[in-house]
Amino acid sequence: MPAVKMTVNGKAVTADIDPRTLLVQFLRENLRLTGTHVGCDTSQCGACVVHVNGQAVKSCTILALTADGADVRTIESLATGDKLHPMQEAFRENHGLQCGFCTPGMIMTAVDIVRRKGNELDEKTIREELEGNLCRCTGYHNIVKSIAAGAKAMAG
Amino acid sequence: MNATGIGAAVRRKEDFRFITGKGQYTDDVTRPGETHIHFLRSPHAHAKIKKIDAKAAQAMPGVLAVLTGAELAADKIGNLICGWMIHSKDGSPMKMAPHPAIANGKANYVGDPVAVVVAETLDQAEDAAEKVVVDYEVLPAVADPAKAQKSAPQIHEVAPANTIYQWHLGDAKATEGALKSAKHVTKLHIVNNRLVPNAMEPRAAIGEYDAGNQSFTLWNTTQNPHVARLVIAAFVGMAPEHKLRVIAPDVGGGFGSKIFIYPEEVVCLWASKKVGRPVKWVSERSEAFLADAHGRDHVTDAEMAFDADGKITALKVKTIANLGAYMSTFSSSVPTYLYGTLLSGQYDIPHIYCEVDAVYTNTVPVDAYRGAGRPEATFVVERLVEVGARELGLDPAELRRKNFIKSFPHQTPVIMTYDAGDYNASLKKALDLIDHKGFAKRKRDSERSGKLRGLGFSTYIEACGIAPSSAVGSLGAGVGLWESAEVRVNPTGSVEVLTGCHSHGQGHETTFAQLVAERLGIPIENIAVVHGDTDKVQFGMGTYGSRSGAVGMSAIVKALDKVEAKAKKVASHLLEAAENDIVFKDGKFTVAGTDKSAAWGEVALHAYIAHKFTGAQLEPGLKEGAFYDPTNFTFPAGCHICEVEIDPETGNVAIANWVAVDDFGTVINPMIVEGQVHGGIAQGVGQAMLENTVYNKDGQLVSGSFMDYTMPRAVDVPSFKVDTTVTKCPGNPLGIKGCGEAGAIAAPAAVINAITDAIGSEDIAMPATPQAVWAAIQKHNGGRKAA
Repeated sequence: MPAVKMTVNGKAVTADIDPRTLLVQFLRENLRLTGTHVGCDTSQCGACVVHVNGQAVKSCTILALTADGADVRTIESLATGDKLHPMQEAFRENHGLQCGFCTPGMIMTAVDIVRRKGNELDEKTIREELEGNLCRCTGYHNIVKSIAAGAKAMAG
Repeated sequence: MNATGIGAAVRRKEDFRFITGKGQYTDDVTRPGETHIHFLRSPHAHAKIKKIDAKAAQAMPGVLAVLTGAELAADKIGNLICGWMIHSKDGSPMKMAPHPAIANGKANYVGDPVAVVVAETLDQAEDAAEKVVVDYEVLPAVADPAKAQKSAPQIHEVAPANTIYQWHLGDAKATEGALKSAKHVTKLHIVNNRLVPNAMEPRAAIGEYDAGNQSFTLWNTTQNPHVARLVIAAFVGMAPEHKLRVIAPDVGGGFGSKIFIYPEEVVCLWASKKVGRPVKWVSERSEAFLADAHGRDHVTDAEMAFDADGKITALKVKTIANLGAYMSTFSSSVPTYLYGTLLSGQYDIPHIYCEVDAVYTNTVPVDAYRGAGRPEATFVVERLVEVGARELGLDPAELRRKNFIKSFPHQTPVIMTYDAGDYNASLKKALDLIDHKGFAKRKRDSERSGKLRGLGFSTYIEACGIAPSSAVGSLGAGVGLWESAEVRVNPTGSVEVLTGCHSHGQGHETTFAQLVAERLGIPIENIAVVHGDTDKVQFGMGTYGSRSGAVGMSAIVKALDKVEAKAKKVASHLLEAAENDIVFKDGKFTVAGTDKSAAWGEVALHAYIAHKFTGAQLEPGLKEGAFYDPTNFTFPAGCHICEVEIDPETGNVAIANWVAVDDFGTVINPMIVEGQVHGGIAQGVGQAMLENTVYNKDGQLVSGSFMDYTMPRAVDVPSFKVDTTVTKCPGNPLGIKGCGEAGAIAAPAAVINAITDAIGSEDIAMPATPQAVWAAIQKHNGGRKAA
């Protein structure tokens, strides 16, 4: 089995893995980072979004071996102890989650939207940017609010 | 108002674990020695299973067992059941066909499990499943409910013409009479499209057998762990009830689809005993399309009669309901007592008659999905009222107002007694919020830019607070629908509330704690809500049908009443006063007319140290339980108005405005209630404009993944204007009606009424995709552009 080496949430990890292992499987099963979720099998739902070298990636779409040498960040890395990241805080403050299953992917996507589009996001931009993330609970209303507020808070 | 009490928009206590990735869903649970199971499913909609050759599969690496329906039967594992008996109009009982957890002899839908492979890893199980050779004899299949009763292949021996029951409700003769003497009759043919619930967390199960104690544990994505345990113990016969523990950890949405007892959880338990190790199954999404109960799927012909003044005089409805290949857990109740009983809507209709034929088809079983019967009823009633108004040349709001029920209680001709409501108030507020007066100008503005604009109303009603046990028992339910609660006060004064409800997104850990904080005057941080484990909570009926507030919280109120009464006894000993003189307010016990008092925590401590009273005087401890059985259903109602703008060149429909004014009775947490409404509307918009479950004539599911089945995305829905009016429910102590399903019930009719208003044609079915809308415009005006 080939070896894979990467940095996950700031820690160097190495493992011998079955080459067909997806990045999301590696994170969930090998590293037990279960905050990253699997909501579909066609790269449609975005529950598995993580950051690879600073960019949002659906971790079900790439092999763990593809991420060899990469810097990977998951939802577990956003908060510092009990101190939440502003985007996490915004989701809580604006009731941007219900069942919580899509939430890690939504938050990781949202942080990436801010990186690319800045801190002042209008509703249209946010809705268009969420084209890769599905939520069945919230009707998106409060997710959109959360992301707008979180983006602003990230500037401060 | 207490800052964390009833009515406060308290931020959710459960959120921290979800936003930090620390939630514990079933797939996040791993058990020592865990194995993985793959379900080999029938690729044919209808086929005899002549032979299964598992030899090659059994020899594959890592394989622990290949199991079939024959072995399940040999081990005397019982069938899955439908728990609600419906009788046909001729008095005969519904025709419930055997539903083994693994098909034995015949597969009846694409997705019916025919064998399972248990292996060390999931990849090994999947690889081995490819080596299982199943010899099928393919049979003709039927998927369309409208065709199931006539010249279709018979699916189950017990059900001639694939007919499960022919049910009816109401007065046929009086309804016919009123239709004959009507000034005007509006007729519609309606297909309520079949939907796939698609909670974002796919279903999952882990079965584990403890050979030492001869007991099982099931981790399961369920909305009602105790009902799962009861059915798997008492009907499937897996183990005695006290030898089966069901744990439903964090569950990622349900919308009804996680109520039911499914084959996979039964098989994981059974297989765990066979292989002597825990067995885990996690559904893939495309598998979920074939394995989770679908929703809706009605074909209906309906007629509404009006007199010369526009008063509704009668309603006649004939529906064929598709229940799929087997009767799922509560499927029989959905197109009957959750449907026919709501056909009076918000209106005073003297005569209603409803007939429902439920049929088997070679499709995935159909059962409750958000709203369950009530969205179907609302769509029938609200489309008829809207079209009736248009045909009579009346304003649709005015026609509704004229026919609203105005005094309560109101007995409808279809069983229900509405207890409270003010339908005009929600309509009026909604008209104001959407700026109804400005609509004509907005329509002109749209027309100037070549667009069509339309307005659609939906003044819906639903029956929630499910349900008075004796009432549902008389209608065929196999269970009572009360709820339980236990309030445990710790010696330090902190409180655990155990509930038989289950939270899978609804925020019970917050709202239930708000109730306790308000009643006991203690900080909300000192309250924990415990649910979802049959070893912790004694029994409960679970969460569905918007019942957790109206029924579950009422049970907590009863338990709190008992806790307060007991605490007063403790306080009377502590404060050396008569029990009747003790007043409890704002977390403090006071002797009336004195300055003697004791804080909540002191009384809690003294309940446990028991130094101030003897065992002969008072039992130590402070823990009380209660069962609450509702006295009636509750009747949330409201008015949703959808305003659309359509590009006639493309058929693209943009929702320009959405106003929802709902009457949910008492609101515990407005933030959470609004969230429920938003989500419900999005699901209703999905049904109306995007989602369709397509079977081809061979019974193959064509729309079987997120690539083919259109889920609503953020760009498909607008921001919503959500407001409430309040008439308290007189039937429960908090005055709660329930809010979970309203959006999904109200929305489809509002959307279709708006689209048909805009295009000037009623000839459009759900989902009204751009293609369908464009085609309807072409058909209606010969392709001319908007005026």
